[in-house]
Amino acid sequence: MAAPAAAHDAPLNYFLHAAGPATAPTMALGWALTALSMSVIVVVALLLVIAIARRRRRVEDGSSFAKSEAGAMRWVYVGTGISSVLLIVTLVYTLVTLDSVAAPQRAPSLTLTVTAYDWWWKVDYGDSDGGPAFATANEIHIPVGEPVKIVLKSADVVHAFWVPQLAGKTQTIPGQTNEQWIEADAPGTYRGQCSQFCGAQHAHMAFEVVAQERGAFDAWRGGQAKPAMPRADGAADALASHGRQLFQDRCAGCHTVRGTDARGAQAPDLTHLDSRRLIAAGAMTNTPEHQLDWIRHAQRIKPDSLMPSIVLSEGDAAALSAYLATLH
Amino acid sequence: MADMTTSSSPAAPQLERTLPRGRVERGSAAEAQLRELWETPPGWRGWLSTVDHKRIGMRYLVTAFVFLILGGVEALIMRVQLAQPNATVLTPEQYNQLFTMHGVTMIFLYALPVLSGFSNYLWPLILGARDMAFPRLNAFSYWVFLFAAIFLYASFPLGEAPDAGWFNYVPLSGLRYDTGPNIDVYALGMVLLGISTTVGAVNFVVTLLRMRAPGMSLDRVPVLVWGTMTASCGNLAAVPSVSLAFLMLWMDRRIGTHFFDVANGGRALLWQHLFWIFAHPWVYVVVLPAMGIVSDALPVFCRRPLVGYGPVAFSTIATMLIGFVVWIHHMFATGLPALALSFFGAASMAIAIPSAIATFAWIATIWLGSPVFRVPFYFFAGFVLLFVIGGVSGVMTAAVPFDWQLTDTYFVVAHLHYVLLGINVFPVIGGVYFWFPKFTGRMMSERIGKLAFWVMFIGFNVAFFPMHIAGLLGMPRRIYTYAPDMGWSTVNLITSAGSFVLALGILIFLCDLCYSLRHGVVAGDNPWDAGTLEWSTTSPPPPYNFAVVPTVASRHPLWEGRVEEDARNGTRSSLAEGFMLDHGREALGTTALEARPDVILKMPEDSYTPFVLSVFAALLFAGLALLAWWWVAAMLAGCAISIIVWLWPERGLIQREPRRVHDAGG
Repeated sequence: MAAPAAAHDAPLNYFLHAAGPATAPTMALGWALTALSMSVIVVVALLLVIAIARRRRRVEDGSSFAKSEAGAMRWVYVGTGISSVLLIVTLVYTLVTLDSVAAPQRAPSLTLTVTAYDWWWKVDYGDSDGGPAFATANEIHIPVGEPVKIVLKSADVVHAFWVPQLAGKTQTIPGQTNEQWIEADAPGTYRGQCSQFCGAQHAHMAFEVVAQERGAFDAWRGGQAKPAMPRADGAADALASHGRQLFQDRCAGCHTVRGTDARGAQAPDLTHLDSRRLIAAGAMTNTPEHQLDWIRHAQRIKPDSLMPSIVLSEGDAAALSAYLATLH
Repeated sequence: MADMTTSSSPAAPQLERTLPRGRVERGSAAEAQLRELWETPPGWRGWLSTVDHKRIGMRYLVTAFVFLILGGVEALIMRVQLAQPNATVLTPEQYNQLFTMHGVTMIFLYALPVLSGFSNYLWPLILGARDMAFPRLNAFSYWVFLFAAIFLYASFPLGEAPDAGWFNYVPLSGLRYDTGPNIDVYALGMVLLGISTTVGAVNFVVTLLRMRAPGMSLDRVPVLVWGTMTASCGNLAAVPSVSLAFLMLWMDRRIGTHFFDVANGGRALLWQHLFWIFAHPWVYVVVLPAMGIVSDALPVFCRRPLVGYGPVAFSTIATMLIGFVVWIHHMFATGLPALALSFFGAASMAIAIPSAIATFAWIATIWLGSPVFRVPFYFFAGFVLLFVIGGVSGVMTAAVPFDWQLTDTYFVVAHLHYVLLGINVFPVIGGVYFWFPKFTGRMMSERIGKLAFWVMFIGFNVAFFPMHIAGLLGMPRRIYTYAPDMGWSTVNLITSAGSFVLALGILIFLCDLCYSLRHGVVAGDNPWDAGTLEWSTTSPPPPYNFAVVPTVASRHPLWEGRVEEDARNGTRSSLAEGFMLDHGREALGTTALEARPDVILKMPEDSYTPFVLSVFAALLFAGLALLAWWWVAAMLAGCAISIIVWLWPERGLIQREPRRVHDAGG
């Protein structure tokens, strides 16, 4: 089960919320820079206002100009000197911060591969750490308090992976592999968003990172690794069975449900769709109504996305919905 | 038509001539003869064939302002869409074309051309010359700019405007993900525009080095000259990178190469490098001349020379040089090694130091001067504050780990608008108020101008300051809409409201401009009591600029005797008496460093060739866009013929050494 969403007014607010060591030092740096910048602005504004408003002897037209003076250059020397000192201090602090966030203090305990697609996120858990390997989409789970390495790829154009309350952003570039790390200090759900313009639905390419205690994470991972297993359950089973057939006919060309014949590779893996909090790359919460809305009106919700709007009769819609409800 | 050669046999032109000094009084027969030599005839013939830098400069200014308005309208439409969450005013594709064209228009079709306009009009006047070094090339660079702009905009009514951002990253802008003609239009249009920028830069550099008035050594030229010269050198080095990048992209799309084509061994990141190696220096190109405008005009309204002329000139060059080694700061999030990022981050912070030099020079000039509260002063004082705000937000983005959060959010949008509007638009409008009397002979309105300033200043800050906050709240760039629960709704509404106030301010300014053209108070030669050479001519200046070549002895020839620091050795500039060059269209060439008279430059007559060549060039690029190869070959032939006609040797253009020259004093 997904952890409840973090109750922040602005889920991408990294200026006030740093939930892990990959970005906490950066947040402090940001405050320092902001304070410094605001001070500089205030000082310069004051100097300007005083320079403009201060009382001075009036100079008549045509007469001698204001006396030239040796003190004039002192303005430039002192101002530039102070600015340079502040800049050097800022630079040193910046480089120290860079050093502390560029790589984790200890080796990552988990490595995932995130492949960015137009306009969703494929998440591959490998088995290098001994855990089970599987693919999912748009919702990433990590264990609390452990550094996680994210290998970043792109299937099409340049995107960028960004979960601001856990880390800075890194582009996903086709033809090369980038990587970054994230770590969460406490359980919670952290929102992410694509942050490199990638075409028509760049605005609707979000994801969530759910941090859980180790035990809960292992349980989640074990559940995700299993193939889909429909429940044996009387009357509902017939409708769901019809829905499963519909899925095979209409959806399996693009989507995968492990444990069935649906092995499409161009769209999110839906094996455990019911376990996710959001659908359509963060566009909507995952309810049966929203699922049907998405299936039938995808082009209205995300125009030009690669999910077509699929025409379904009411009976078919009910069947498909019943089938999807079994994908927990 | 005056005899173009000195008295000699047609076979062997005389290469030396005595260079007499003298006076040409206003209204005299000699002056009338000069006017007839240099004047462009009226009507459409003159319009197409003029090589007068003042008319070309004016065209650049007017055209640039047209694109400022177009780009502004594009922005306002976007702000309507973004004022509320989940708005449906625009489809995603429409929004993407609008934000792309807004960037392209403002950065390429407004920001540089407006400064080219000022520099084109003013340089010969402030340098004491009769025209730019290459008048026909000057005309050509304007026509190519105009045709490239039309080429880019022709796609809009077809709904096929470029839509992958002004930065146009591959693979999104490659053939696979953007099949339409949009990107081809962008790529070819940029290569065409690059021709204009390059020849314009060449013209500025050569004019500076060869056509200053005698005595105007490099340490006496106005700061606008330092700014434009630095920017021109920057252009010469940087524009080839972007022209190459766009050419390679077009070839990938239409010829079958694979420079950026990942599936066939190309590298997507290569585009980002080539683009930003150009685009970062470019942003300094579009602000350094404007800073020069402030450095020259602000002192007039402080009734004293600029504090720290030398350091300010040095800081101009330092900014441009450092500007060539910071491009990676647009790419901090691309996965490059942290060590490499550190160097570029350090350079990106270091570039603030020359900016500090200039900022304190301006503040000191105001502090130690006696401010005159006329409209230009308001814009220049406002500029200083906006410059500093834009500068500090830039230092924040130079901090590599913090930039990993800030980049591609609205924080950067706020930063770039503070630097681009603050350092380009505000000085430009101040510059328009300042030089309007010189260009047109009339003053603009003080009351309306001050109103325009306040509305613009308030509107600008209400629009763009909240964008810093939106960025810190995580709002990414280039999204056509956002959900109501992201926390961005309020700041976006405020920004949208402010943007309309800013637009109103610009409208007020434009109304003042149009009104003053007809009804402004008549201005004399020097209504502001300024000190540089352009204010010694009539308003507007005569077609020949200077009846005799002035000799210059200080930075402020018109302030001599009134500024203590200049009266060191008592030599004075000579404006009313100087070298007489009246055997046809002639100008004086001087040496590069100390401006000693060197050669008599025979200047070309008005000519249709620049216009014709630019038409052929534009049609050639249209042919490339349509992949019409026979047409391309025909247009190439047209270009070749035009170039041959242009360069065909003319006896009348043979340059002459002055045999005896009286040096300027000092």
